[in-house]
Amino acid sequence: MTAPVLAGSTETHPTDTTAAGTTASADRFAARAALVAEVAAQHADEVDRDARPPREAIGAMREHGLLAAAVPVALGGEGATLTELAAIATTLGRACAATAMVFAMHHGQAMALWRHGGVGLGVTAMTEAVLAGALVASSTTEKGIGGDARRSTCAIEVSSSGRIHLRKDAPVISYATEADAVFVTARRSPDAAPSDQRLVICLPEDTTLTQTSTWDTLGLRGTCSNGWVLEAVTHEDRVLRDDYATISARTVLPVSHVLWASVWTGIAAGAAERARQAVRKQARAAVGTTPPGALRLAELLVDLQSLADAVRHAAERFDAAAEDPSVLESTAYALAANALKINASERVVDIVTKAMRIVGIAGFAASGPTSVARHLRDAHGAAVMVSNDRLLQNDAALALMSGAIL
Amino acid sequence: MHQDPTAAAAPSALAVPTAEEAVRRALAAHGRLTVDASAVASIADLYALGLTSHATVNVMLAIENDLDVEFPDAVLHRSTFATIESITAAAEAAE
Repeated sequence: MTAPVLAGSTETHPTDTTAAGTTASADRFAARAALVAEVAAQHADEVDRDARPPREAIGAMREHGLLAAAVPVALGGEGATLTELAAIATTLGRACAATAMVFAMHHGQAMALWRHGGVGLGVTAMTEAVLAGALVASSTTEKGIGGDARRSTCAIEVSSSGRIHLRKDAPVISYATEADAVFVTARRSPDAAPSDQRLVICLPEDTTLTQTSTWDTLGLRGTCSNGWVLEAVTHEDRVLRDDYATISARTVLPVSHVLWASVWTGIAAGAAERARQAVRKQARAAVGTTPPGALRLAELLVDLQSLADAVRHAAERFDAAAEDPSVLESTAYALAANALKINASERVVDIVTKAMRIVGIAGFAASGPTSVARHLRDAHGAAVMVSNDRLLQNDAALALMSGAIL
Repeated sequence: MHQDPTAAAAPSALAVPTAEEAVRRALAAHGRLTVDASAVASIADLYALGLTSHATVNVMLAIENDLDVEFPDAVLHRSTFATIESITAAAEAAE
């Protein structure tokens, strides 16, 4: 058994202290992400057990500027690239998948503000709030629609002097109780087509939430994605400028898929780490003899590396095309973004399952230092949150028009 | 019961070796050095004396086992294992 870290660091960076398996770049956020991950790890088991929001980690993300990380430099922020956000999401995902998903979902919405929001007062005020650490939740799916975020029943109703009203029966709104705003999709007007959507910023003081269901799930329990009826009376300057078709294609969908996949990579890496600990313990008991689990561990690291590389490449592809709508709105790009989500969500279950088998009974155990039970349960959330079959169904039409990006 | 004269050298809870003793013992057993590990100067370049990265893994495991410690990922790079002195320092820090 040759530890890759020893072989890999032979030629370069003799004083490099980057740990094996950690994300290699994003240095300016790495230390802060590690601090937040430490907080998240402390509470991860309790958050999972009690299906309660990871409040301590959300507080730490706010405190260390991770929720504000992507605000452009021109607006006073740090202008984190998607590649940098992806690295943070993976670091958090290793510690607590619920925390990492909150981070991922927040950024999928928040980036729409400055990329699509325009200069309305309500929008720019929200950007400033994000810069100050506000947490953004979202309500895209709707009862009676069947999980399709690109159609709505609810509609924006304009009353006098720019006041607007909307009411949405949402099957899930993740971490709604913790958020400083919920971004809600709705039809542009009561007579608009289901796909003619806008994105509305709903602040807590303008919004009534009535809980309709409880999030008691196999995994990702800490996202607290309860069902809610959301009713908001707000102002039309809190409606983002672009239509949601544009917002989704250019930002929400590609950013979300990269960040979710980054979280899952973190889950996989966390499980792989536990497998490595277990094999190292076996190796210590008979130094000089490579334990049988080491071969499986090496095999697992092949899978993990290819997953991590796929995610990083997708993040870099977004960053390269971030200001180029013709690329982001192309069929090939949409297929690639969906491919990442489908691939990563399948791989994470494979990798965590392999890790559990490598660890053995202590991995199968529901708790303990090398248990991968939480990782396995969280990993299964990946394929069902935005169903892979729905994405494939969308892809099926697109596949007639375009191939893969090679 | 028959007393094994080598028993005193074996690691036990009663006689925990010093970090440097554990390092030298691990190098002797698993380092595949071209010289006697007990006589190597503490600042001599072990890679020049035949240590390979593959052997380093076994040296690390043996030290961990002997001292009941675990080297953190952050110290697992080539320079840590370059000399007896640096390995010893890392092992002591890991304790």
